[in-house]
Amino acid sequence: MSLWANFTKGFLKENPVFILVLGTCPALAVTTSVSNGIGMGLSTTFVLAMSNLVISALKNFIPDKVRIPCFIVVIASFVTIVDLVMAGFFQAIHAQLGIFIPLIVVNCIVLGRAEAFAAKNGLLASFVDGLGMGLGFTLALTIISFFREALGAGAFLGHKFIRGDGILVFVLAPGAFFVFGYVIAIVNRINKMASGGK
Amino acid sequence: MAKPSTFANMVSTLLVICLASSAALGVAYELTKEPIAKAILAKKISAVEQVLPSFDNDPLEEASSVSVDEGVLVFYPAKKKGKFVGAAVETFTRKGFSGEIKLMVGLLPDGTINKIVVVQASETPGLGDKIAEEKSDFAKQFFGKDPSTFIMKVKKDGGSVDAITAATISSRAFCDAVTRAYDAYKRGFKR
Amino acid sequence: MEYILMIVAAVFVNNIVLTQFLGICPFLGVSKRLSTSLGMGGGVIFVMTLSTVMTYLAQKYVLVPLRIEFMQTIVYILVIAALVQMVEIILKKVSPALYQALGVYLPLITTNCTILGVAILVIRKDFNLIQSTVFAAANALGFTFALILFSGIRERLELLNVPEAMKGIPLALVLAGLLSLAFMGFSGIVR
Repeated sequence: MSLWANFTKGFLKENPVFILVLGTCPALAVTTSVSNGIGMGLSTTFVLAMSNLVISALKNFIPDKVRIPCFIVVIASFVTIVDLVMAGFFQAIHAQLGIFIPLIVVNCIVLGRAEAFAAKNGLLASFVDGLGMGLGFTLALTIISFFREALGAGAFLGHKFIRGDGILVFVLAPGAFFVFGYVIAIVNRINKMASGGK
Repeated sequence: MAKPSTFANMVSTLLVICLASSAALGVAYELTKEPIAKAILAKKISAVEQVLPSFDNDPLEEASSVSVDEGVLVFYPAKKKGKFVGAAVETFTRKGFSGEIKLMVGLLPDGTINKIVVVQASETPGLGDKIAEEKSDFAKQFFGKDPSTFIMKVKKDGGSVDAITAATISSRAFCDAVTRAYDAYKRGFKR
Repeated sequence: MEYILMIVAAVFVNNIVLTQFLGICPFLGVSKRLSTSLGMGGGVIFVMTLSTVMTYLAQKYVLVPLRIEFMQTIVYILVIAALVQMVEIILKKVSPALYQALGVYLPLITTNCTILGVAILVIRKDFNLIQSTVFAAANALGFTFALILFSGIRERLELLNVPEAMKGIPLALVLAGLLSLAFMGFSGIVR
């Protein structure tokens, strides 16, 4: 697979959130505003790319039977680094994302890519895979939070464009489920039309 | 996977990886310790500055804490040219809709409330989160009031406070926190 | 009494799946059949309660005294992974039937964000050991409850005529949204 195809597959064709349906917890929980969505997406992208890189570098030194615990330690290390850096330099987003930053370690996308790709491929390919999947994840989160913030709070990136309140349900729990469900349905439809339709 | 999964291999690999990651994290921790501490301090100073009139001392230096029924309150006294001009009280309530709410209440020497900011809260967006000054006028109704005449309970409970529509619990919790601060202040902190 | 309130709150008011958004992946993946839901629920109740106790002890007696709280994520996830491994081994010996029934879902419990999520939450909420244990068991119950409700409905949805694009996950998500909306009706009963 060419490097470019490797990089872009995470955006639409194999989007981790909409197609593979992984990483759904943060996709619902932190998408109350576009800035939160982007912040979470980029943090996860960092962890994905770096852990893919390290795991790919170590893949020949890790015995098969302990590979999952080893992967987890590597991933957890990068998650902790992201947590510390955000607490020190991006406190506002750190406070907003809260418990979901350490939860990146159990984001199925990260362990999934480590197991499915980084464990079997070279350094550059694994890094690019992690980067692409992470950015696809960020794209998905941005789309969901765009709708939730616009409909629920009447705002974009914190700037309100209506007076008064929006349709509150969209920034609350049920709204997350609704937006997510309908966006997947729309993505399904687009994919179907793109591949010839029926 | 090139290495065979013998017991020795597995244990040694796991050990090496754990040690390497602990080392890396130790370094990261040391590097970020100061920025994190600075950020927490900056937030506190900002809250104190927001609720008090101008001062020229360092309220954090002269902070004192008081144990109350469910926790600890912290008093940050402010002075201008040696004269006491007010105190910021870091107070809390456990009665928030989504858990603990922390407020910074600025009180003047005569006991009136100067200003109040929300330090920490995770109330429902669009409803309970309106206790924050930027989101609605709810908090503003407390500013400049003297709690000895302004009863800090919601109107539903016989007080003078106009609760946030559909967010009575958050409104009540806010009153609870401010009352806690005021009571402790009155009980004789003034210096 | 406070424990009963805690259990009611965890199962209904702050249901871990429908309001806290933890455990969505297994929720969507396992809830197609009632039988698998029960199996997953049972596994989660057991692992969550046990792992919360162990991570709590690790936090209070290792991480805090040694001032290495920043190692929390790594230590917690390793404890959970080790626990799940042990449960697998023990289950295989003690009850092969149950082991077969849980199948691939048992190792999946490691990456279930509810387990790690609850373990971290009890520390953030400052619970003691007993409160943490009750909280963990209650949340696991809430997870199982939501799972069973959901699968009961999904089994019937299979028989309906649904637009192509909505089939499967999208419909499940809208359904979860409706359930979540219904559960919002519980808010305020624990005050």
